[in-house]
Amino acid sequence: MSERVNEEKKSPAPGKSGGTELDASSGGGPSGKPGKSGGSPVAAAKAEAVLPTLGPLGMLRWAWTQLTSMRTALFLLLMLAVGAVPGSLFPQRPANPSIVTQYIKDNPDYGKILDSLQLYDVYSSAWFSAIYILLFISLIGCVVPRAIAHYKAMRSQPPRTPARLSRLPEYGTLVIPAGAGIPASRAIDDAAGLLKKRGYRVDVRDRDGARPSIGAERGFLREVGNLVFHTSLIGVLVSVAIGGLFGYSGQRILVEGDTFVNTLVGYDQFTPGTNFESSQLEPYSVQLDKFQITFDRESQGKIGQPIDFQADVTTRESPDAPAQKEVLKVNDPLTLGGTSMYLTGNGYAPVVTIRDGDGNIAMQGPVVAKLQGDNYYSSAVIKVPDAKPEQLAFAGFFLPTAFVTEEGVSFSGDPELFNPQLTLNSYYGDLGLDDGSPQNVFELDVKKLTPLNARNLDAGGITLAPGATYTLPEGKGTISFDGVKRYIGVDIHHNPGQLYALIFALLAVAGLVTSLYVNRRRVWVRTGTHADGRTMVEYGLLARGEDHRLAGEAVAIRRLLAGAWDLDDGGSQSAPSGGADNGRADTTLPGAGAGAGAGAGAGAGAGAEQDSPDHPAADFIQSTAGSSESQKEQ
Amino acid sequence: MLPINETMGQYSELFMLLAAGTYTVAFIAFAWDLAKSSKTLRAVDLKAAELSGAAAARVPVAAGVGASSSSAAGAVDRADGDVAGPVGRAERPTSSVAGGSAGNAAGIGQTADGAMRYSAERRAPARVAVALTVLGAAIHAAGVITRAIGAGRVPWGNMYEFLTTGAFVAVAVFLLVLVRRDLRFLGTFVVGLAIIMLVAASVAYWTPVGHLVPALQSYWLIIHVSIAVLSSALFTLTFAMSALQLVQTHRQKTIAAGGADKLGFMRLVPSALSLENLSYRINAIAFVGWTFTLMFGAIWAEKAWGRFWGWDTKEVWTFVIWVVYAGYLHARATRGWTGTRAAWLSIVGYLCVVFNFTIVNQFFNGLHSYSGL
Ligand code: HEM
Repeated sequence: MSERVNEEKKSPAPGKSGGTELDASSGGGPSGKPGKSGGSPVAAAKAEAVLPTLGPLGMLRWAWTQLTSMRTALFLLLMLAVGAVPGSLFPQRPANPSIVTQYIKDNPDYGKILDSLQLYDVYSSAWFSAIYILLFISLIGCVVPRAIAHYKAMRSQPPRTPARLSRLPEYGTLVIPAGAGIPASRAIDDAAGLLKKRGYRVDVRDRDGARPSIGAERGFLREVGNLVFHTSLIGVLVSVAIGGLFGYSGQRILVEGDTFVNTLVGYDQFTPGTNFESSQLEPYSVQLDKFQITFDRESQGKIGQPIDFQADVTTRESPDAPAQKEVLKVNDPLTLGGTSMYLTGNGYAPVVTIRDGDGNIAMQGPVVAKLQGDNYYSSAVIKVPDAKPEQLAFAGFFLPTAFVTEEGVSFSGDPELFNPQLTLNSYYGDLGLDDGSPQNVFELDVKKLTPLNARNLDAGGITLAPGATYTLPEGKGTISFDGVKRYIGVDIHHNPGQLYALIFALLAVAGLVTSLYVNRRRVWVRTGTHADGRTMVEYGLLARGEDHRLAGEAVAIRRLLAGAWDLDDGGSQSAPSGGADNGRADTTLPGAGAGAGAGAGAGAGAGAEQDSPDHPAADFIQSTAGSSESQKEQ
Repeated sequence: MLPINETMGQYSELFMLLAAGTYTVAFIAFAWDLAKSSKTLRAVDLKAAELSGAAAARVPVAAGVGASSSSAAGAVDRADGDVAGPVGRAERPTSSVAGGSAGNAAGIGQTADGAMRYSAERRAPARVAVALTVLGAAIHAAGVITRAIGAGRVPWGNMYEFLTTGAFVAVAVFLLVLVRRDLRFLGTFVVGLAIIMLVAASVAYWTPVGHLVPALQSYWLIIHVSIAVLSSALFTLTFAMSALQLVQTHRQKTIAAGGADKLGFMRLVPSALSLENLSYRINAIAFVGWTFTLMFGAIWAEKAWGRFWGWDTKEVWTFVIWVVYAGYLHARATRGWTGTRAAWLSIVGYLCVVFNFTIVNQFFNGLHSYSGL
């Protein structure tokens, strides 16, 4: 972008008339330093190529131009793509800290080196941030000047009529017979009217002169779209940053019957954003009434796979708000108090009652069993710090449908509760919970405990079916397996940037589509009266940016003009090269000839003097964004 | 949830095999067309050389027509393919497609029409090939539809289905483009790829009809994946065109430098510039599609996992692809980066698409690991 903008600044007179570009130097080598020389652009470019002493300010300006050049943008984009890749090759801390630790342990030779290169935190690493920050600075440096230039262009008249329309990529002529009674001035009015109707902004020049012409332009939205697109990308980035600052997320496990209240203590795990304050939490509550799973019973090879999860919940917006029945499913979160709650996990929670050596109930309730293998083969850990005189602990497995192989290995044959079984070892001793240091509830450290039940002990292990009770050896108490409940794991997220990210993303797409499919075009028409009384009309079209439909537009305009004047133009789009009068390129106005030899001087339209002889219409030739093959290859 | 219908599933597999068989015959016909045409064209060329004086005389007429020419006569096309339009006229790359290519090496050793319109000349093998491809696509469509009925849902929930449906979409998009443009020179590539995909699906990724895991049960699956597959099909076309563009550029240079034309069949292929321009236009459409893929994926991720972006491997690669093609669009607007370099970016972008689809789906762990393996 910047190149073009600068180019416009640099180009002499036409620059003011609203963005005519200079193909010759646009974006070329020493990319658009704002040379003040009013001379020809080529000369300016040459002067810059010598690189005189710039001084610190000049250097800064030079660096800025470099940074905001299209080439740099492209380079940074490609860097961004390359930089994102390692994040998919190595485990990432934010997603999985424990895997990263393991990975470093497993690869002692290079694991640490990768860490020092921040390859486990790619997306927050210094180098990745550098790439995208530079990219976005470059983006701002592009968008702002370009927006200003476009604002000016939208308010100025279409550029002056080129001396030789025939040099434009689309060119044609029409001849109105002498008898039709349409003089040059009326022809130009007609053309202006037609183009206006077609959505062009039209400027009539020299209407009553010998050679009236119009300049017309349309498609300003293209550039607007491009600007909106790029600006919206900044918006997306900012929204993501806001989400990180003010958002929070947390997790909670809910057994059927449990209620979650949205306060800090309600969470099992909580990750606040940088600027989080606990007053942000709205005290809504969610109670899990029932959790249902449908298992696949018909797909070949997939029998027993869950195909539907449904959690029936009762919610309250606030402690004294009315209760509401809702359903929480995968892909269908609950939204409450500015947060969303997602169903992310589930499993079984066997309900047990444990009496201690004194005969009192030391613990009663569901125990969340952690999934370990197929068909809900889960591990269970029960810690009973309240048991007296000795604290008790159990560790083992829960199987919804227990099978035992001949070798005595048990496994779960089905995810549903056809033959639930709890197999446990038991321990007693000091659980180490009293000093308040946190422990993982799913793990039991048995080092300091004395085993009571285990397969290798005389007492053997404990195997319980629902309803059964087992009496521990040495009078340490009893354990009963009362039944099974289900539990779910939920994630709760609050991301205030999310909505804005969506809005900006939608804006970006709208801008993108606009900028790709609106065509910015210029049309010039010039008329004149031939010596024999015929009115000669010539027109030329030029596109700014990619425009593969320019030829089609030329045909359409030609058809409109021919229709307005009742000319027999063959009617078809394959041009009437045979028709002597209304051929496209073979009849030309004097003084604005198509042939290279036709003098640019005498009698040419306004501005012809400015054209240097060797680049007659250079000012009007679009900076070819995608240049032609010959330019590329050399 | 609709019940599974295994009979339909079996019909589907039969259709897929039949489609692959039909494509194979079509592939042979496309290859035959390339071989045969390159021979005929050489003969035509020799004749043209003799008549070159006459041809030159016609150029002015053709030039007048130049810019918007879509004239049907092959002979005229050949003439104006070489020299079109007023001398030295500014040539917009994309608008120039319509008029053949001007003023550069395109004319040398060139036969195919830059506008990629059909010429009057009959290419019997090519017609047979296209007819067979249509037949194959019809059978393939039946396969995809019976699969959908058998599973009671959209047929893109695992690798087998991505491949079979993806191959169908690639062929269908190719056939649709064929209505407007003569891209039959891509036939061997597209049909060949479809065969590979079908065979890979049946051999390596075969999966019986089944229900979706809950994570995939969402209307976003329908929206997000269908757009991704469509965009990928378009990227497939542009990949082939960009690859041919590189070959054609090389060939044009060799011929311009007086070298021998060793790749006769490339005469069937339009000039490098025409290829570049058309693939740019298709890439622009596909890029919009990919932007939607990315966005809808993010929206879905928000619904399913509670965050719209988490740098999951699949997300990373979708992003990388998006950025590479954004780079491609930029390259087209950057001096010194058009032509060959842009073509390379288009190729790299497509390789990323393939990588994302194959390696990432299979070997990378992530939340997206539900490819049915
Ligand atoms: C976050 C990084 C960027 C992305 C993802 C991006 C993406 C795109 C895309 C997809 C297009 C083509 C669609 C359109 O014309 O609107 C485009 C065009 C363009 N971009 Fe960017 N862009 C980025 C940064 C930049 C920067 C830093 C610059 C300036 C140096 C820039 C300058 C341009 C220009 C001038 C065009 C118009 C090209 C033409 O006329 O065909 N972009 N960009």
